[in-house]
Amino acid sequence: MPDAQRSGAGPSMGATGLDAPERPADAPTFQALSTGRKIKDNLATALVSLAFLIAVVPLVWVLVTVVGRGIGAILSADWWGRSLSGVLPESFAGGVYHAIYGTLIQALLAAVIAVPIGILAAVYLVEYGRGRLAKTTSFMVDILAGVPSIVAALFVFAAFISILGGVQSAFMVSLALVLLMLPVVIRNTEEMLRLVPDELREASYALGIPKWKTILRIVLPTALSGTVTGVMLALARVMGETAPVLVLVGYSQSINFDPFAGNMASLPLLMFSELSNPEAAGQYRIWGAALTLILIIMILQLGASVVSRFSAISK
Amino acid sequence: MTERTTEQAPPRDPRNEDPAAGSATLDTVTDSDPDGRSRGSSSRRRGERVFRGLTSGSGLLVVAAIAAIGIFLLVQAVPSLLANNANFLTSPLFDTRDPANLNFGIRDLLAVTLLSSLFALVIAMPVALGIALFLTQYAPKRIARTFAYVIDLLAAVPSIIYGLWGIAVLAPALLPIATWLQGNLGWFPLFAPGNLPVLTGTIFTGGVVLAVMILPIITAVTREVFSQTPRFHIEAAQALGATRWEVIRMAVLPYGRSGYIAGSMLGLGRALGETIAVLIVIRAATSPSSFSLFDGGYTFASLIASAASEFSQPLPTGAYIAAGLVLFVLTFVVNAIARVVAGGKVNG
Amino acid sequence: MRYQRRAAAVGLIAASALLLGACGSDENAGGGGVSAAPGVTCGGKPDLRASGSSAQNNAMTRFVATYQQTCQGQTLNYTPSGSGAGRNEFLGGQTDFAGSDSALKDGDETNRAQQRCASPAWNLPLVFGPVAIAYNVPGVTDLVLDGPTAARVFNGQITTWNDPAIAALNPGKQLPAAPIVVNFRSDESGTTENFQKYLVAASNGAYGKEAGQTFNGGVGAGARGSQGVADATRNTPNSVTYVESSFAQRGGLGMAQIINSGGGQPVPLSTESVGTAVNNVQVTGQGNDLKLDLNSLYQTRAPGAYPIALATYEIVCSNYADDQTASAVRAFLQSALSPNAQQALPEAGYVPLPEQFKQRMTTAVNAIQ
Repeated sequence: MPDAQRSGAGPSMGATGLDAPERPADAPTFQALSTGRKIKDNLATALVSLAFLIAVVPLVWVLVTVVGRGIGAILSADWWGRSLSGVLPESFAGGVYHAIYGTLIQALLAAVIAVPIGILAAVYLVEYGRGRLAKTTSFMVDILAGVPSIVAALFVFAAFISILGGVQSAFMVSLALVLLMLPVVIRNTEEMLRLVPDELREASYALGIPKWKTILRIVLPTALSGTVTGVMLALARVMGETAPVLVLVGYSQSINFDPFAGNMASLPLLMFSELSNPEAAGQYRIWGAALTLILIIMILQLGASVVSRFSAISK
Repeated sequence: MTERTTEQAPPRDPRNEDPAAGSATLDTVTDSDPDGRSRGSSSRRRGERVFRGLTSGSGLLVVAAIAAIGIFLLVQAVPSLLANNANFLTSPLFDTRDPANLNFGIRDLLAVTLLSSLFALVIAMPVALGIALFLTQYAPKRIARTFAYVIDLLAAVPSIIYGLWGIAVLAPALLPIATWLQGNLGWFPLFAPGNLPVLTGTIFTGGVVLAVMILPIITAVTREVFSQTPRFHIEAAQALGATRWEVIRMAVLPYGRSGYIAGSMLGLGRALGETIAVLIVIRAATSPSSFSLFDGGYTFASLIASAASEFSQPLPTGAYIAAGLVLFVLTFVVNAIARVVAGGKVNG
Repeated sequence: MRYQRRAAAVGLIAASALLLGACGSDENAGGGGVSAAPGVTCGGKPDLRASGSSAQNNAMTRFVATYQQTCQGQTLNYTPSGSGAGRNEFLGGQTDFAGSDSALKDGDETNRAQQRCASPAWNLPLVFGPVAIAYNVPGVTDLVLDGPTAARVFNGQITTWNDPAIAALNPGKQLPAAPIVVNFRSDESGTTENFQKYLVAASNGAYGKEAGQTFNGGVGAGARGSQGVADATRNTPNSVTYVESSFAQRGGLGMAQIINSGGGQPVPLSTESVGTAVNNVQVTGQGNDLKLDLNSLYQTRAPGAYPIALATYEIVCSNYADDQTASAVRAFLQSALSPNAQQALPEAGYVPLPEQFKQRMTTAVNAIQ
């Protein structure tokens, strides 16, 4: 947004926030601010600042604690390259590679399923959908956004394990994560698709390109950065979910590369499992794993905002 | 987030534009293509149909997913509900140890869930409003962006950490407040003595932890909505000589109100479904809930999570799935209300 | 847009590299001072699977470490999913043996075991862990309790610390007039089950509630996991709980001395006192099935015997259909019974098997086919 540059006298606006309009030096025609209004304004400022401070204190405390207690763990090289196979509860040896791998592979598998479906559904809502089905779909996307992770996990358990007879595995966790990722992907993609200027579409149609090719070759690539942002934000959201890994997979201290069978660790599950470890090493691992998770999510969020800044569309 | 440009013409709806829809001139153009490289109207329409089918199929999949969640949960829950010896809606027990003698009811679960989530909302809503206003209307842009990022980062902190922080740090810190409340306002049903012998690890503690956890989401949505307040509304108010608070009251709040409510409903949904933090913080009690903030117990989500490793036999598992179904319905209703109130201004 | 695609591509490659396992390894040499056990015949299936009781999980971790060190290339994957789930998975053939806080129930479970194994199943009590009555009472450091009094504390009949019943057992100590806060395990646990069985057996009916994996005392506040109850007790003055001794020790909590059913001197919790109790326990199983009558542990009259302990069984087939499995199970159990593994138990909060008992276990383990 360009700064409002005005020459001469008159109210000037800072590029940031709102300043009360400046008054010319002698302004007999302007009334002074009444006391009542001034008090209300000051009170509002005080309350708003107070709210901000109340919030900032616990939030910053949590972050500082996690960083403070976890930093020792993540600075060790072993932490990133080794698992906890054969490591005793009180030992500080080993690392969380098995958990990092588990978290990443579960999220990745979920993304592989959720991203195509999500993008197609968003295309439907923006480009094709009309009438009852579209309205219902849009409504259901909002509902899905509010489904708690424990319900999604229970559904996957009920449907795929109890009724269809699957086994607990990392893939089941991915299925639950698909349900949690879909709304974020759909909403973000939808928003970006709506921002693609119609002129682009019309130009494409004018050249005789069918609608579906227009979408695939022109509209989607233009909205690509927004879509990627949506995917990264969705990944960030699901990586820390504990409920699905509690219900749908067992914990293992060793690396398991197979997402379709056997126990697999993940960062949330490792933390939950170490809760029952009374040794100092248990605490060390919990805070370390928490900081690791936050770091991964932070990288994803940073990546998302960087990608969105390279967007072809100005929001 | 950058601000949208305002003052555009109402966007044309891409759904209304379908180049394949009966434009005879296009057909003749392609048919008269001498190189034979014409795509051919039939194959073009086939591609169109396939793609269209794929997209509407994906949309349908989303609807089907919600329906499937409801149906599968119901199917698994019904045998246990039929075998239930206690009244599902009014019994405070949840005893599934003996598959031949199930006694489970959601009365206490409902009480603890609603009390903790609503209490969290009551705390979080004003604070989130304050933060959003501060970040969009008061703070310089650089500080605003940094703090916005910090608050978003807090949504990334795993809930186990909030749980640990809750019992280790917050509970003792809240003890004086809790003692004061019960001592002086104990006649009020919400502050009456509960079914725990201590004042730490109660719904009160849990509610405050939940409030901290849902703060980022409400703040994010509200901040987004406030930052999209049309510039000319604000400028108009300022031109009339309004103070900052009056500008907010006249221009920002009315525009952002529905988004704020919708964001709060989203936060409420998160609070209802929060699992681990509640499991760690709120302690189990031995007598039924007395609907006080100083009770203990389980929420739907924490009860299911506490039993997650015991899902080996169908009938007891079905009881927990029934509880999960109730939670699903609860969040469905909350999100439906949010949707109606906000009319699509919310980012999932 | 090219930089976008390049950045995305780089990101993807980096992520895939990490994922493809190029930099991860299961080798943990500094795992914690375990050494190979002598006298163990290695061999058999390299990947054993077992699940069950979480009360013995800490012991299992140490046993697995010794086993891995002793028999290179062989390991056991133990999932602490709970005794019930563990027994079910063993009976369903999904695991090679089960860890359980209670022996197979006569009737349905023993029949299914007979089918699964095509031979009788044996209950081998491998792990004993003392359960402390841990307390945080300002000014009191050597609390004494007995069965009936403990039962009445944990079912809510005794409500203050200076109750006459407690004072009678603790002459001369300054007991505060404060209400007793009971902390119990809110999750289903074998510790709760064993503790309540003790209260039922040793209180002459004073407890009045059933034993079970959930606390039935009807009083107090729940906390999740042993760490949870230990923390809750440490943070709440005038509170008491039952918890494995390692958690009590690490939490800096007092551990009550118990007057056992023999009525003699109060017995403090120690490896020796629990060992004495274990040595005197009655075996009700036949031959190599070492099912125990735990009441003989809870009601022990031997002087210097600490009566509150949990016992967990490894439930195995006496004759496995597959020789590879049998060899591996034998090897694992042999390494668990070795001095190397047993010595590591006290610091984990368990009790090494006393010699007499270990002999019987060794005979049974060697007889697994």
